[in-house]
Amino acid sequence: MKIALLSGKGGTGKTFVSVNMAFVAEKAMYIDCDVEEPNGHLFLNPQIEAVEEVKVAMPKIDHEKCTGCRKCVEFCRFNALAYVNNAVKVFEDVCHSCGGCMLVCPENAIVEKDKTIGKIEKGRSGEVSVKTGILNMGEASGVPIVKQLIENVSIEEELSIIDAPPGSACIVMEAIKDVDYCVLVAEPTIFGTQNLSMVHELVKLFDIPYGVVLNKCLDDENPAEKYCEENEIHVIGKVMYSHDLALLSSQGEIVSRVDSSYYAKFKTMLERIFEEVHHGTTSRA
Amino acid sequence: MKIVIPVDANIKETDVCMSFGRAPYYMLYNTEDSSYEFIKNTAATSPGGAGIQAAQTVVDLKVDALLTPRCGQNAADIILGANIKVYKTLHPSVQYNIKEFLDNKLNPLSEIHSGYHNHGNY
Repeated sequence: MKIALLSGKGGTGKTFVSVNMAFVAEKAMYIDCDVEEPNGHLFLNPQIEAVEEVKVAMPKIDHEKCTGCRKCVEFCRFNALAYVNNAVKVFEDVCHSCGGCMLVCPENAIVEKDKTIGKIEKGRSGEVSVKTGILNMGEASGVPIVKQLIENVSIEEELSIIDAPPGSACIVMEAIKDVDYCVLVAEPTIFGTQNLSMVHELVKLFDIPYGVVLNKCLDDENPAEKYCEENEIHVIGKVMYSHDLALLSSQGEIVSRVDSSYYAKFKTMLERIFEEVHHGTTSRA
Repeated sequence: MKIVIPVDANIKETDVCMSFGRAPYYMLYNTEDSSYEFIKNTAATSPGGAGIQAAQTVVDLKVDALLTPRCGQNAADIILGANIKVYKTLHPSVQYNIKEFLDNKLNPLSEIHSGYHNHGNY
């Protein structure tokens, strides 16, 4: 089973919920898809066993064959190519490796060359196997890293916890497209609720079963909770704001490891997800 | 000599646009006869790499100089690579900058920013 954790904005607690869920599961794989700033490893502290590079194809111009027709320059919607001083110039930092320029070149003057954009670290932390995607600084898109991270995941592990990047852009879609369940982590603020509505819209579009974890809850009114009530969204868990919790997190501690009440809380959340996914499968079948 | 300036609108009294790559228009000014025309910037609404496409436009106009308040790294690579000189504008007024340029009072743009193209997700 694959579970993805997402949120409209950063800092709501995706990684907090992800690492705790991975920890309380008897056996799980934790996949950090937040490739611009992966931080699950700070909590899980895995022993790194392997590192693989993530490469994308970049266009390479054969200036002997190029006739300067500019078809590639006109085609590129990312504006990664320019024609200057009678030669095509490639701007690798904006190229999205779509390969379109190679297809439109009538002279076959464009070939592919590899470019490393980041890496995947694979390791182990107790019963949790950990995969961390890391995008090199300055790269245009982390999507290829997420693709490589989630490749063949289902056959590797029974339970995969996917810590998605914040937001609702392409890279998030890539992280959730094959999952069985999405957990939307939300903050009790108006801004947080607006961001929750964005990811809510996204998971509805993907037709993936989902539920919400309300994080950092206070005793005051919670606009995110109200949103869930109004939209009949299943709240699978609620975590109260706590100074001690924040302190433990800042020390890189997985709270479920040191506090049995949190262990039970996250275990319950996981069970609710299993129930919903299995129920959904049987009712659909 | 032909010079080009990113501008906010296609009218003579327009101001210099604060962005090179996303300026709606470029004013193409001929110093020989003081004639000018406006070129629409097709890169203005581009999702990414606007500076590159805009620089391509400027290079294709075969100008001698670009007067702009700022310029990104990728655009500068293209423009400077095509031996076009880049000067920093000092004032919002287009007419003022042209006059200063003709009096040799504008300085070359020394500060090239690294661009904004990695901040968007698409």
